[in-house]
Amino acid sequence: MSDVMRTTAPEGIKSEYGAAAQGRFKRLWTANAPGYLFLLPWLIGFFGLTLGPAVISLYLSFTDFDMIRSAEWVGAANYVRIATADPKFAAAMRVTLTYVVLSVPFKLTFALLVAMALNKGVRGLPLYRAIFYLPSLLGGSVAIAVLWRQLFAGDGLVNAALAHLGIQGPSWISHPSYSLYTLVALSVWQFGSPMIIFLAGLRQIPTDMYEAASLDGASKFRQFYKITLPLLTPVIFFNAVVQTIDAFKAFTPAFIISGGTGGPINSTLFYTLYLYQEAFGNFRMGYASALAWILVLIIAIFTAFSFLTSRYWVHYDD
Amino acid sequence: MTNGITTAVTAPPSDITKRSFPTSIAIHTLLILGSLLMLYPLLWMVSASVRPENEIFSSTSLIPSSIDFSSYLRGWIGLDITFGRFFWNSLVISILTVIGNVVACSLAAYAFARLRFAGRNFWFAIMLGTLMIPYHVTLIPQYVLFLNLGWVNTILPLVVPKFLASDAFFIFLMVQFFRGIPRELDEAAMMDGCSAWRIYWKIMLPLSLPVLATAAIFSFIWTWDDFFGPLIYLNDMNTYTIQLGLRTFVDSTSASDWGGLFAMSTLTLVPVFFFFLFFQRLLIEGIATTGMKR
Repeated sequence: MSDVMRTTAPEGIKSEYGAAAQGRFKRLWTANAPGYLFLLPWLIGFFGLTLGPAVISLYLSFTDFDMIRSAEWVGAANYVRIATADPKFAAAMRVTLTYVVLSVPFKLTFALLVAMALNKGVRGLPLYRAIFYLPSLLGGSVAIAVLWRQLFAGDGLVNAALAHLGIQGPSWISHPSYSLYTLVALSVWQFGSPMIIFLAGLRQIPTDMYEAASLDGASKFRQFYKITLPLLTPVIFFNAVVQTIDAFKAFTPAFIISGGTGGPINSTLFYTLYLYQEAFGNFRMGYASALAWILVLIIAIFTAFSFLTSRYWVHYDD
Repeated sequence: MTNGITTAVTAPPSDITKRSFPTSIAIHTLLILGSLLMLYPLLWMVSASVRPENEIFSSTSLIPSSIDFSSYLRGWIGLDITFGRFFWNSLVISILTVIGNVVACSLAAYAFARLRFAGRNFWFAIMLGTLMIPYHVTLIPQYVLFLNLGWVNTILPLVVPKFLASDAFFIFLMVQFFRGIPRELDEAAMMDGCSAWRIYWKIMLPLSLPVLATAAIFSFIWTWDDFFGPLIYLNDMNTYTIQLGLRTFVDSTSASDWGGLFAMSTLTLVPVFFFFLFFQRLLIEGIATTGMKR
């Protein structure tokens, strides 16, 4: 702030008006320059790598662009084709929605159940918590997708285990009816990070609420339904939104398990995988841009819907 | 029951004393079974990587009949370029990403958390907004840009954006932490004529080591595991990261060398596992306080 004082003294020859204007400019500069200097890398990144590309991508979505010839304006043709004449888009949409609708609720249910068990004051909590969290940390890597491919292969570990029970299992990953469920299982296996967030949320609930409820004769189930669940709704809401957006963007496991095809018969054609194929396999960059904006639209609609309905079921403690 | 706020976060709830012995046994049994189920695939992979080749599929057991490290040797040289190269490439990209994220994000976070300037709230809202946008929207124009700069098949498209604070999530994480540092500290320094830069460098950063470490570790792990970015920008095998190498190995061997494949898969998980082992508390606190996605 001392800099501001120093700059207000006008210098000799300049006219009074010029000096005043210059003084004001200098004041503005000294007040704002440090902030913007610290922000500079982010600002460059924002304009050069986010806003600029986003605007260009919106433009490209209305063009035919293959990276060789320059982009050719086609109006809304890409969007019309997506909406009316693209069976692969429909397949990708169906696969992705099925994946989201199955994996998110199962994942959150597991996360909540395990968090509640751990919150009972068990001995060895840090060890259990670490074990349950480990798959979340490793799960995004190719190695785990490779492992999953073997687990659910025709001669894989799951079928070897089933054979002990006298059951002859199919080749899960190469059967179009089952392949998607192996990916759902992979996602549910990684329930560790929502579990940790639930655990932190459960710790916030004052124990005397349960004591009071017990004294009044409320059963454990009633306590869960009337105390735990309502007080945890903000955390449930948060986890549900984050996990859903994440599920819409899933890519690596489907890519590795299907060898990049989304097969068998498009049964694991995640939306992002289809987008990747269109952009970097077929070089239909305009069409892929339109697909990207549809994805934004879907995520935006979902998020807006979540926030709008949240006031009917999310309990915020004031 | 009267020891106040600290109990809420650190100590287990009070019903530890009230629960009967059989209930306790039941909970532990369930948790142990659950843990085994969670760990079984991982342990099985590690055990498969040291198994003699002919034993791999036949056995669901975790204990190999004999320990044999030859899979590691076969896997290491299984492609035209050894996995050493891929490890080195991954390491370089991950370390540069860590540096970029920590430096650029902490600069921006300091501006948002502490400095007063016109439009601060506006830019902060924009920054939060960028967290919601899926990267697919910027993917194609970015690719065209980097292609025209001649950056494809180099690590630049993967690293340079990090020095421009493109992982805005870490800005948010650091802003949260910086706001918790007592303002009196930098106000006193400012009275003494300290510049914003000196306050950032001499006061904020030294007091923020936990959050910087959290950001660094997550940056490393996410970059190490990243598949999509390298898949798009790296096409020359000499530039492959470990994830791309592994994927090429899957495609090239398909079913012929599961031992080598599991050996290399296990190796790629080792660095992440060590971070997990040594910095578990930081990682878990990072997730618990900010709700990180993974």
